[in-house]
Amino acid sequence: MTDLKTNFIGIESPNPFWLASAPPTDKAYNVNRAFEAGWGGVVWKTLGEAGPPIVNVSGPRYEALHGRDRSVIGFNNIELITDRPLEINLAEIKQIKRDWPDRALVVSLMVPCQEEAWKAILPLVEDTGADGLELNFGCPHGMSERGMGAAVGQVPEYVEMVTAWCKQYSRLPVIVKLTPNVTSIRQPARAAKSGGADAVSLINTINSVMSVDLDSLSIKPSIDNMGTHGGYCGPAVKPIALHMVSDLARDPDCAGLPISAIGGISNWRDAAEFMLLGAGNVQVCTAAMTHGFKIVDDMIDGLGRFLQDKGFASVEDAVGRAVPTLTDWQHLNLNYTVKAQIDQDLCIQCGKCHIVCEDTSHQAIRATRNGKRHYEVMEDECVGCNLCVTVCPVENCLTLRSLSNEVDVRTGAYVDPDKKLHWTAHPNNPMAGV
Amino acid sequence: MELIATSHNGKPGIATDRLSEEACARNFCEMHTPLEKNAARVEAERCYFCFDAPCTEACPTGIDIPGFIRMIANGNPIGAAGLILDENILGGTCARACPVETLCEGACVRNHGDDRAVNIGLLQRYSVDQAFSQKTEFFSRTASSGKSVGVVGAGPAGLACAHRLATLGHNVVIYEARPKSGGLNEYGLAAYKMLNDFAQREVDLVLSIGGIDVKHGMALGKDITLEELRKRHDAVFLGVGLGGGASLGISGEDAPGVMDAVAFIDNLRQSERYSGVPVGRQVVVIGGGMTAIDAAVQSRLLGAEEVTLVYRRGPEAMKASILEQEFAKIRGITIRYWAQPSAVVVENGQVTGVEFETTNEAAKGETFTLPADMVLKAIGQSPHTGSMGADASFALDGGRFIVNADRMTSCEGVWAGGDCIAGGDDLTVSAVQDGKVAAKAIHLTLSNP
Repeated sequence: MTDLKTNFIGIESPNPFWLASAPPTDKAYNVNRAFEAGWGGVVWKTLGEAGPPIVNVSGPRYEALHGRDRSVIGFNNIELITDRPLEINLAEIKQIKRDWPDRALVVSLMVPCQEEAWKAILPLVEDTGADGLELNFGCPHGMSERGMGAAVGQVPEYVEMVTAWCKQYSRLPVIVKLTPNVTSIRQPARAAKSGGADAVSLINTINSVMSVDLDSLSIKPSIDNMGTHGGYCGPAVKPIALHMVSDLARDPDCAGLPISAIGGISNWRDAAEFMLLGAGNVQVCTAAMTHGFKIVDDMIDGLGRFLQDKGFASVEDAVGRAVPTLTDWQHLNLNYTVKAQIDQDLCIQCGKCHIVCEDTSHQAIRATRNGKRHYEVMEDECVGCNLCVTVCPVENCLTLRSLSNEVDVRTGAYVDPDKKLHWTAHPNNPMAGV
Repeated sequence: MELIATSHNGKPGIATDRLSEEACARNFCEMHTPLEKNAARVEAERCYFCFDAPCTEACPTGIDIPGFIRMIANGNPIGAAGLILDENILGGTCARACPVETLCEGACVRNHGDDRAVNIGLLQRYSVDQAFSQKTEFFSRTASSGKSVGVVGAGPAGLACAHRLATLGHNVVIYEARPKSGGLNEYGLAAYKMLNDFAQREVDLVLSIGGIDVKHGMALGKDITLEELRKRHDAVFLGVGLGGGASLGISGEDAPGVMDAVAFIDNLRQSERYSGVPVGRQVVVIGGGMTAIDAAVQSRLLGAEEVTLVYRRGPEAMKASILEQEFAKIRGITIRYWAQPSAVVVENGQVTGVEFETTNEAAKGETFTLPADMVLKAIGQSPHTGSMGADASFALDGGRFIVNADRMTSCEGVWAGGDCIAGGDDLTVSAVQDGKVAAKAIHLTLSNP
């Protein structure tokens, strides 16, 4: 198995699996349990200024979007940053780092957007022996109303300014945690880089209202019959996070900026995908909050075997390997042609492929042959859209076949795999060749 | 706890109280545990919601099964019940008594590969039971047509026909020979399938539509004639079922202790106490259908010590499915295949056993005798159209009415359905479909005179 030891911006950890700054990392008790379970590092739950502690609601602060069998697909919270006194957190951080010197311990921070506030807290954190800082510019609820969290992350100038203060007043590496609640993730990331950030981490949670209780007609979670928007995370946000991570990985202006990926990572497969799209390590929260810390066993074993099977000598070897496969639509090969095909031996004849194609796509799958139930792709209508493949309940029953050196019976065009045609050069593009 | 409580009191012959009433009641518990809300939702989400679903095709009443399952999955079990009852007003009984493994569940695409069918029967039961407990009203009558239809028999076919006609604005009079409505749902299905007086609660639902008058104690050919019915009503539907059990035609058949399985179950269903139902110590059941299984299992649940079901052919040929055969075996029934009775052994006027001949090629003609103090015949029922004065004017096939696709008999203005028609298959669900189809045809006829 490939050794999973990683060095992320100078912070070493036995594996790339960190727990994100969140409820699982709020105190020594949890973090001890996480390290005992084998997690490579933690980002301590966000600390605020000294003084009277933050107050959380005493009503429900979490709500879930459930899938089949009540599995948690999406998750939302309205919890604020740590509600424990600063000095207790700092003392525990110090003790934990002493007890677990081989694990990564990064401290998340969120204080008002004033130089003095940052200047005051940074030395206190440095004194704990923690390995690094993560600046929470991401939380979209509660703290953002007070001018912190996402309220900072949504203004690139603020991101740059605060990052620069932290670099100025601390020798610790700085990770800037970005909010996805922006139009383009590149702007705040570039600002972080300009401010001197050592890395970015993303995504923080997405603005969300989870649901409406159809009995009380009020939103959930309900705090005395009122609710507020929260931060959305969990498996459902993974594609959004993958997009944002990879968008930075291929942004020339962010070149060389390490990424710690966050967003619906539930198992080694998710982690591998983020790494291949440019993440140097990953942070996990919802999966741990829905299954407990033990999930890291499978993550470590699975990723180690995957990297070995693919011939990667280290995590670093795999980072960004899929980034070159991501491009703009205009650079896709429009001559590439696929057709759906049905394995009749595997087909259970549920007819889902037919009805979705018939009702919502290209009428390319017939439902009967000789008056009997029989599902078959009509290649002269099939545009290869993949809809049927996505709804087929049987794995590998419906697949796509790519055409090679043959005529596409739908268009009559001859498919030569060596002849590529991009939109930039397409005859229908009025801008082609301009 | 034992799977079933077993008697050890050894009373010879046919006797009551082989088990305490409490033990009997435990034995006659639910055949399948009903689904709770969450289990129903999880099971509903297993449905692939097939296009032109094979389960719907396999349902004689054509219930939109993926449609109702989707409603359950989305937390609308009452809507699901509406969809079910629209096609099958006796959907509650069918959810309990249908051989789903050979109908809807047998056709489920999830049977392919290494999977199991969606539990359609239990899902249907869940939604219909929800609607029953909430007393939801799904149906209303259209304006009165002023037409009157006579329905003979308050069994599944007659009830389904009457209900549909009533919704369409016609007035219906049901003539029923027995004191209760429900037909075999009330008198013939196994007690453990129809707990808590379900048949009568369902009859109440059917009749709650209004416009249906049930006259009990009215046997066709005895208390009223077909001629009178035709005079009195604008159309007639015959859902008269079948008559007495068929005869084995062997010696000793008339001895005390030999009885029809149907009569045995009838007696059990109408008994106020399980333990008051007389049953033998050693019971032999002859036959291979659901009635044979039901009679055998219920004998056992009443405390019979040895119950043997004997069938003349192999397990695959049996009308009762492999699943039902297993159900019986788990409850301690011995099933002997490839043997047919040659004589009932009678000593001092009492049954002491049954002599069988083997029927398989390898050992054809060999005989063996099973000791028995009670013999239950479950070899099918005979038509009783003759006793109704119906044979002269009707085209019959083996004593059963020949009907067209609309379930109309050869006699104009007379429709028929259920077990009494040629091709009737002894299923509640098919009888409901007959009644429904006939009602639609009657409505069309009455609307376009």
